Amino acid sequence: MNAFLETFFKPNLIAQYWPDILKGIVVTIEIAFAVVVCGLLLGLLLAVLRSFRITPINALIVVFVDMFRALPPLVIVLIVYFGLPNVGISIPSFAVLWLVLTLVLAAFAEEIFWAGILSVPKGQWDAGRSTGFAYLGTLAWIVLPQAIRLTVPPITNRTVAITKNTALGMVIGVPEILSQATSAQSFSGNATPLMLGALAYVILFIPVVALGRFLETRFAWRRS
Amino acid sequence: MSILPAPILSIAGLRKSFGPTEVLRGIDLAVAPQELVFIIGPSGSGKSTLLRCCNRLEEPTAGVITLGGVDLMARSTDINAMRRKIGMVFQSFNLYPHMTALGNVTLALRKVVGKSRSDAEQLGMAALERVGLSAKAKSYPSELSGGQQQRVAIARALALEPSVMLFDEPTSALDPELVGSVLAVMRELKAAGMTMLVVSHEMRFARDAADRVIFMDHGMIVEQGRPERIFAAPQETRTKAFIAELTR
Repeated sequence: MNAFLETFFKPNLIAQYWPDILKGIVVTIEIAFAVVVCGLLLGLLLAVLRSFRITPINALIVVFVDMFRALPPLVIVLIVYFGLPNVGISIPSFAVLWLVLTLVLAAFAEEIFWAGILSVPKGQWDAGRSTGFAYLGTLAWIVLPQAIRLTVPPITNRTVAITKNTALGMVIGVPEILSQATSAQSFSGNATPLMLGALAYVILFIPVVALGRFLETRFAWRRS
Repeated sequence: MSILPAPILSIAGLRKSFGPTEVLRGIDLAVAPQELVFIIGPSGSGKSTLLRCCNRLEEPTAGVITLGGVDLMARSTDINAMRRKIGMVFQSFNLYPHMTALGNVTLALRKVVGKSRSDAEQLGMAALERVGLSAKAKSYPSELSGGQQQRVAIARALALEPSVMLFDEPTSALDPELVGSVLAVMRELKAAGMTMLVVSHEMRFARDAADRVIFMDHGMIVEQGRPERIFAAPQETRTKAFIAELTR
């Protein structure tokens, strides 16, 4: 028991490294927030764009979406961070992580929002158009409010899954939670900082999961 | 009627194809103000498509449609603005499930016409009053019976003060005991002078409320006339067969 505590929860290491982990939390929150906002907005924008059914544009969207859903985010992070400088494009590590995760989230979100838009019955469009709404008005006031409600559960799951990938910042030196935890772990030769990191992720993401559940019930309406 | 008033809605040479299938094959129809025109015919005869072409929810392949003298097919015509003058009621109600009855009725008033919330709600309540559902203003569609939902849908169209109302099988999705409440509202509208185009199988309603019955088959108008004549003494073989089938 004592050995367990010594390995995973050594009090003096907790005291020593908690401030670093805290800094990591701040960085993780900043990136996560930027990724969630930009990724969901971009995903929604792409889904709306796709609903215009302009063939060449939709082909581009599908290629983008499939590529970013197929590639492991780590691969994209490495290519962008280590590959692009070879062609003279250097992006700071923080921005690389934000950009890649935003695009990955946007790709998944686009598919989910698009499925939501398609699942709204055609009669809803008819009703909107017949009362004088233009295409975009029908989309904005009638179809999207229903589509977005339907997609709250899958969007929440996907958002949490992708936001957790902020941990990939470790491999390119973004000082987020896992970076802080692993460097503290190698300095101290003890797993305590990693446990602190794990704890930080739990503290950070449990409220997000709970928020998702709240939104799910808040926006649910009884279907006849 | 010795002197025919100028038609409010007129359709000439209307054709509509879905791919290689021609669903409407040259429809000519003039609807007088306050007239209730009842459209019957076997399924697949093009009745619903005809109705949906009247506000261009279906884009006609050819033909001319005018409402109050305005050419609905013209490039210069703002079809969204014209649709406000053509109320439409659907078989499946198509109420917005995420809004209350009042929300359904006021949405277009607020977001299309641009009325303030309080003005829209005043008009919306008046429209719900007309269909006898002002007490249900705060209810969501899922909390209403089919008949009530369809009446809210009628109120939603009425709130925009249309000059013509299109009814696409308004009672077909209803349990028999709920049909009467919807027909009562439609009779009310007729009495108030609304011009109506109704696709329906409610023959009794046709008999005592319609000014004219049109029988369609294979995308064409086969026969039309006063309801008592069409039902009692149809001229065309196809009409005879259809009426016989209905009254069997």
